[in-house]
Amino acid sequence: MTVDAAELRRRTTELLAAHPPATTDRLDFLRARFDAGLAWVHYPQGLGGLGAPRSLQVVVDAELEAAGAPDNDPRRIGIGLGMAAPTILKYGTEEQKQRYLRPLWTGEEVWCQLFSEPGAGSDLAALGTRAVREGENWVVNGQKVWTSSAHLARWAILIARTDPAVPKHAGITYFLCDMTDPGVDVRPLRQITGEAEFNEVFLTDVRIPDSRRLGEIGDGWRVAQTTLNNERVAIGGMRLPREGGMIAPAAKTWRERPELRTHDLHQRLLKLWVESEVARLTAERLRQQLVAGQPGPEGAGMKLAFARLNQEISGLEVELRGEEGLLYDDWTMRRPELVDFTGRDAGYRYLRSKGNSIEGGTSEVLLNIVAERVLGLPAEPRTDKDVAWKDLAR
Amino acid sequence: MTDLLYSEEEEALRSAVRDLLADHCDAPGVIARTESDTPHDPAAWKALADGMGLAGLLVPEALGGQGAGHREVAVVLEELGRAVAPVPYLSSAVVATEALLECGDEELLGRLASGRAVAALAVGLHRAPGTAFAAARLENGTLHGELTGIADAAAADVLLVPAEDGGLYAVAASDATVTPQVSLDLTRPLAAVVLTGAPGRRLGDAEPAVRRALRAGAGLLASEQLGLAEWALTETVRYLKERKQFNRPVGGFQALKHRLAQLWLEVVNLRAAARNAADALANGEDVDLAVAVAQAYAAPVAVHAAEEALQLHAGIGMTWEHPIHLYLKRAKADSIAYGTAGAHRSAVAELVDLPTP
Repeated sequence: MTVDAAELRRRTTELLAAHPPATTDRLDFLRARFDAGLAWVHYPQGLGGLGAPRSLQVVVDAELEAAGAPDNDPRRIGIGLGMAAPTILKYGTEEQKQRYLRPLWTGEEVWCQLFSEPGAGSDLAALGTRAVREGENWVVNGQKVWTSSAHLARWAILIARTDPAVPKHAGITYFLCDMTDPGVDVRPLRQITGEAEFNEVFLTDVRIPDSRRLGEIGDGWRVAQTTLNNERVAIGGMRLPREGGMIAPAAKTWRERPELRTHDLHQRLLKLWVESEVARLTAERLRQQLVAGQPGPEGAGMKLAFARLNQEISGLEVELRGEEGLLYDDWTMRRPELVDFTGRDAGYRYLRSKGNSIEGGTSEVLLNIVAERVLGLPAEPRTDKDVAWKDLAR
Repeated sequence: MTDLLYSEEEEALRSAVRDLLADHCDAPGVIARTESDTPHDPAAWKALADGMGLAGLLVPEALGGQGAGHREVAVVLEELGRAVAPVPYLSSAVVATEALLECGDEELLGRLASGRAVAALAVGLHRAPGTAFAAARLENGTLHGELTGIADAAAADVLLVPAEDGGLYAVAASDATVTPQVSLDLTRPLAAVVLTGAPGRRLGDAEPAVRRALRAGAGLLASEQLGLAEWALTETVRYLKERKQFNRPVGGFQALKHRLAQLWLEVVNLRAAARNAADALANGEDVDLAVAVAQAYAAPVAVHAAEEALQLHAGIGMTWEHPIHLYLKRAKADSIAYGTAGAHRSAVAELVDLPTP
């Protein structure tokens, strides 16, 4: 039997009656919500869900929000929710699912992603971090980079090379790494903005038990595809109001500061305003397609569109501010938990948005994906496909 | 809530129109027709208007129309754009019809809806909604003057002429001198209309009728531009998969793949903007902004699509025998029709309070 909206409402009311938000401890409420199957309703029973259609999550969320229930802070734990969870659900053993999903969802355990390396960015499958089998353990050595939340994380999803003698995609294995283990060294990576939002992670003789392997040995690339695909669809269900994104502060400045206005900036602002509105409509159209059960390929393009818009709009905003645009709000090295686009100045937005076309897949790689998977154009010639990883040029 | 998708009925309508156009409007035929004495295609028009009843989509059933709406019209226009069909659909079934709906002229609406008559609004194709337009002089109850840049006037039986008294008049084309102008867009030709004492029947006030007609024209033109841009993208992708240079399909070169992926993204965005405008026109909600946003976005995309198609087809794209030139000419003319992107951006500035310096 599929669980419908009415049934979800009934169960939500039950949860609220048994654990009134006003008098229940935040964590207790979140645990109870998970156990009631109302955390992510499309997950299986016993793992925070009820096997209901994914589109019905909004029903539960709306009821709980109206009742003032605490939420699980999905922004801070976004990597766990968006990437680790679906991968563990698909490839994890029963023990792994039981162990990791609940504290992941409640936010008790934060996750990070140990994928990118200094020598393997867009060519992620070229990664060189080694995992060598020693009895029941794997001994891991290498360096990861660009790791959000590593300084807050209890766990990491990790891909490492377990067989250098086979072509690069075949020799990778996927692990769940305990960030508190000896040999895990997290160092802040200071960025162009002045702050250290990301980290470098050095792995020196880190011992990971084989029970924390996810999927088969050598099958890590396929497992990682689940993680990466989920990373890219994250934007799909979002609903933006008009002027809801990066255009908002620019438009606000334009309205409030007539002395800054020039004809050239006006034309550029209007063009970007229109493009923001059209991107919003495209995101809304994608959302309507998902709700109607006909997901379109548009999602592949949304990240490209927003990356470019964020950069152009924030760049315009710096110029619009003229003399103020020559200043910066604060170069202090900080460790923010979240990217704060709206709480900072235009200069910060301009510099930070430069990462939008790099993080989560560069715009160039995404254009290749659109060209090959959506338009069906021929793939780039691959000279590395049949070469053992150890023999590749690096 | 705005519905940005297509219904099953709309998809069925699309495939019916596409089939019809496949039979009537093949590219070599359209190219040959542009050099003949009849640039418009009466057979295709008859099949659309008479056979399928599509000229009356915006007209209520009580007046002999289909009582459908702008969403359906938008789907028809996507297909007409995809075929650069030389039929007066946008000019007669949309723009002139909207003007008549504003005036409430039942007799003429019925004739237009059935396809028995074609009408053209005698306002220059380049005029944006809400801007000034030329008017004929009224002397002793007859109309005088010259109105230029009138789209599809050569195919029209009736001209809807604004006059200096503020009225909109119906003038039989046979009572006017309609002279074709040499037009950039060969498939939507313009004509000059000269009136020397032509009798006219007053339909109503010109200003609201023209404003409404041009707004609908601008909003739905985005769907025609979408169809055109989609054709350009699809044909170019197909060609680049087949065409080989340097012992590889040309479509495998990253420089070209990125350009096509970028174009795809623009077309995806254009679809959302065009659907939004069609839905707004159908529901009457937020119409001015939806139309201005769609037109500010659509024209550059359609032109870009046609220009990319030409460049990426290279040599063959520059020839008369390949239909790309029809699409480029239509796209470029469309970028001026019912107001340029710049004019529509100015409208956006007004509507969302981003004032000029």
